[in-house]
Amino acid sequence: MTSFTKPLIRRRNEPTNELGLVRADYDGAMSTLCAGCGHDAVTASMARAFFELSIEPHRAVKVSGIGCSSKTTAYFLRESHGINTVHGRMPSVATGAIAANHELTYIGVSGDGDSLSIGLGQFVHAMRRNVNMLYMLENNGVYGLTKGQFSAAADMGSTAKKGAVNELPPIDPVSLALAVGATFVARAFSGDREQLVPLIKAGLKHKGFGLIDVISPCVSFNDHKGSTKSYEHTYKYYNPAVHADYVPPSKQIKAAYDAGDIMPIELHDGGQITLRKLENGYDPRDRAAAVNKLFESGQSNEIITGLLYIDEDHKDMHEMARMEDRPLNEIPYAELNPGAAKLKELQKGFR
Amino acid sequence: MSDLLVNNFTIKVGNVNGTGSASANALLMKIIFRMGVPVVGKNIFPSNIQGLPTWYEIRVTEKGYRGRSGDIDLMVAMNPESYKRDLAELSPGGILLYDDTWPRPHFLTRTDITVIGVPLARMCNAAFKVARSRILMKNVAYVGAVAALLDLDLDIIHTLLREMFASKPKLIDLNLQAIALGYDYAKENFGDVSKFKVKARDLTKGKVMMDGNTTAGLGCVYGGATFGAWYPITPSTSLMDAFVKYCKQLRINPDTGKHKYCIIQAEDELAAAGMIIGAAWNGARCFTPTSGPGISLMSEFIGFAYYTEIPMVLFDIQRTGPSTGMPTRTQQCDIQLCAYASHGDTAHILLFPADPSECFDMAVNALDLAERFQTPVFVLSDIDIGMNDWMIDELSWDDNYVPDRGKILLPEDLEGMEKFHRYLDTDGDHIPYRTLPGTDPKGAYFTRGSGHNKFGGYTEDGAEYKEVVDRLVMKWASAADKLPAPVVRKAKKPTKNAIISIGSCDGAVIEARDKLGADGVYLNYMRVRGFPFSSEVEAFIAEHDQVFVIEQNRDAQLRGLLLEHTNTPREKLVPLLHYSGEPLDYKFVRGALSEALKIRKSA
Repeated sequence: MTSFTKPLIRRRNEPTNELGLVRADYDGAMSTLCAGCGHDAVTASMARAFFELSIEPHRAVKVSGIGCSSKTTAYFLRESHGINTVHGRMPSVATGAIAANHELTYIGVSGDGDSLSIGLGQFVHAMRRNVNMLYMLENNGVYGLTKGQFSAAADMGSTAKKGAVNELPPIDPVSLALAVGATFVARAFSGDREQLVPLIKAGLKHKGFGLIDVISPCVSFNDHKGSTKSYEHTYKYYNPAVHADYVPPSKQIKAAYDAGDIMPIELHDGGQITLRKLENGYDPRDRAAAVNKLFESGQSNEIITGLLYIDEDHKDMHEMARMEDRPLNEIPYAELNPGAAKLKELQKGFR
Repeated sequence: MSDLLVNNFTIKVGNVNGTGSASANALLMKIIFRMGVPVVGKNIFPSNIQGLPTWYEIRVTEKGYRGRSGDIDLMVAMNPESYKRDLAELSPGGILLYDDTWPRPHFLTRTDITVIGVPLARMCNAAFKVARSRILMKNVAYVGAVAALLDLDLDIIHTLLREMFASKPKLIDLNLQAIALGYDYAKENFGDVSKFKVKARDLTKGKVMMDGNTTAGLGCVYGGATFGAWYPITPSTSLMDAFVKYCKQLRINPDTGKHKYCIIQAEDELAAAGMIIGAAWNGARCFTPTSGPGISLMSEFIGFAYYTEIPMVLFDIQRTGPSTGMPTRTQQCDIQLCAYASHGDTAHILLFPADPSECFDMAVNALDLAERFQTPVFVLSDIDIGMNDWMIDELSWDDNYVPDRGKILLPEDLEGMEKFHRYLDTDGDHIPYRTLPGTDPKGAYFTRGSGHNKFGGYTEDGAEYKEVVDRLVMKWASAADKLPAPVVRKAKKPTKNAIISIGSCDGAVIEARDKLGADGVYLNYMRVRGFPFSSEVEAFIAEHDQVFVIEQNRDAQLRGLLLEHTNTPREKLVPLLHYSGEPLDYKFVRGALSEALKIRKSA
């Protein structure tokens, strides 16, 4: 047996979303990852976010590369098309797919090896193009499937399971994203679903490239003392700075929040992302401030999380390419064929 | 005057690149074409922007041959750097024209040629004030001098210049003046020197002069491609340039300014391949143009598309390898690379156009075949076809054409089905059905490059794995009879000797075979146009005692495929190989065939 079908269990009085679907309708195949893997918590959070947003599963598309994290696209949204591509090259496949049909909701799942080493180039260029997708980078600082090599996200001075010390500086996906033009940049922790689910919802609704760098500990190869991506280390230095949530067009902002702390950001679908600042004076629409904040938190070993930067006004790839609203894959051939007479006319310049 | 020298000779211009020589040469060739006389143009240029030697050959051929002649009858030597080489290359009886503003007595070392000095620089320096104009007009002035030597039609020259510079009227007078400078000087001083003449004919009616990258780009527009991704690489760049140009003309809504297409310049060839895979998976017709180095980089993705059965159209405009090789020189050196691109057991569909006309048709074929067979399809052009202007029949289009989108299930098809499985061979034709994302919950499936069974599920089970890859090879083989059929030319008399050739060798092969036929040496000829080979190919080989396989690479790559995929003894297929990077000429082919036949006879 090499793959597992997850049994569909129906409970009575299970909550349904606007489509009448239950949370289990957003499940996929059974996970084959290690027990306690951070990625499984992220998978559950993604499924919940899609459920809460009432997105029809078949109108969502999952894309991934190669690695433990990339395998997880099979473990949620079984009624969505998914494509598990080649190592480090998910962004290009996503870019092409989105060019062909921009109306679907695209979620990419990758890891720190897939995104920051072999796939660094494609990761960066997808952000530059502001491709309209949410990119989940499940970051554990280690290569799991090949059993424990450092990834490019490993912090300097952190140690491998067998004791080797990493002497190379890490590539921080969040700083990188801020530098190359991503328009929704967040960091989260697989252990804090309260923060993660609303963040995923906001990222899915954002128009443009959204990155959520999720610290997602590897229980088999990077959860020891000396690791800076372990559960223990992450809990110790965890600082949820900016809480983001998505509010659909029909709903009012919840009164429970203190008015002074709420910053609403208007989205293209008429909804809002509401930001609850946990620290005074921080404006996530200010790129320079985000860069500074990251640098400062790095100095104090703090893991700052939440929605650190958002720019809702930047053109996405579809708009930059001036494509019409109708997806390319729906334009009938009759509109694409210039016809025999036109071909004759075009060739006048070649005599 | 011998008729042999009318409308039957070759001009070669040696120049410095970046000095406007390309437009001067294009002008010269077009004048002759407009006079109704067939021409062949070959650009032999450096991988450089400015300052290195560049050559352009114009063959005037009343008989309409399409390859190079192997002779140079009129050499226009504009580049002192290459004087020595240009002098040596001129055929006996030929004429060398050079700029004698700086006289070169050593040109007189050959007594079997005529040397003509025209003070181009001196005249242009006197006539034009701006430094850049002086350089550019020197080239236009040689067109004037050549026009005088060959009796070219001045009215046609004037009309052409007015058309060429319609949007920059100031340049018209400048160019007319430069033409007159060269023309008048040559007429006055060398009026009777040239035996080579162009006489007006009516042989170019219904013809156009186009390069294969332009026609391939146009073919992608007509075939209904809406998406293209690419990374700039010589010599394929002009294919995407053409697609962009025609999309801008034909695919922008004039009211809204919105595009019915999307073109992405990718960060590298890997990304270009990934993008067209993503777009095709999602139901858009698309393609990527590249050259050999790009195919090397795309190989992992090509294997992915092969195994996951995603349509993919690649144009490989071949240039000399290995490695960077000679990027502006032609070869047919990627045949085996493309046939088996990627790790693991893979085999792909290849199309081999022989001229720009077939580039247009095969672009459309490739888009259809890729979707029909859900697999990568390569169009193997080369620099000679892609970047030289060829005289071809005007392209035509059938307005009744309907794209073959292959086996795609729509929501109404899925409705009656209990369950959809991506890789089931339900029709027994080895081709499964696919669904497009976003159309129907029932159609959802998971695409994976890892081991999968016929249902699309992950597998590490040997039997399940084999079932899928065995079907893939049968699917590939079944494409053989759906590809453009080989073109066969029978000799006037029965013969046991034959030629098999491919792509841009065609012109030189046809001419060499004509010449040998005139000498009583008969050869049947088959030009293959697709891989996997149709059964006709094996039958053709079987009908002959020996088959000369003519191609432009060192390692006899086409011959290798023929040996691998037909039941033929090795010694029966004799390789005749040309791989200097210059387009093939008939003299080489005739020489190689004569030599091989002699050896065979005496053995």
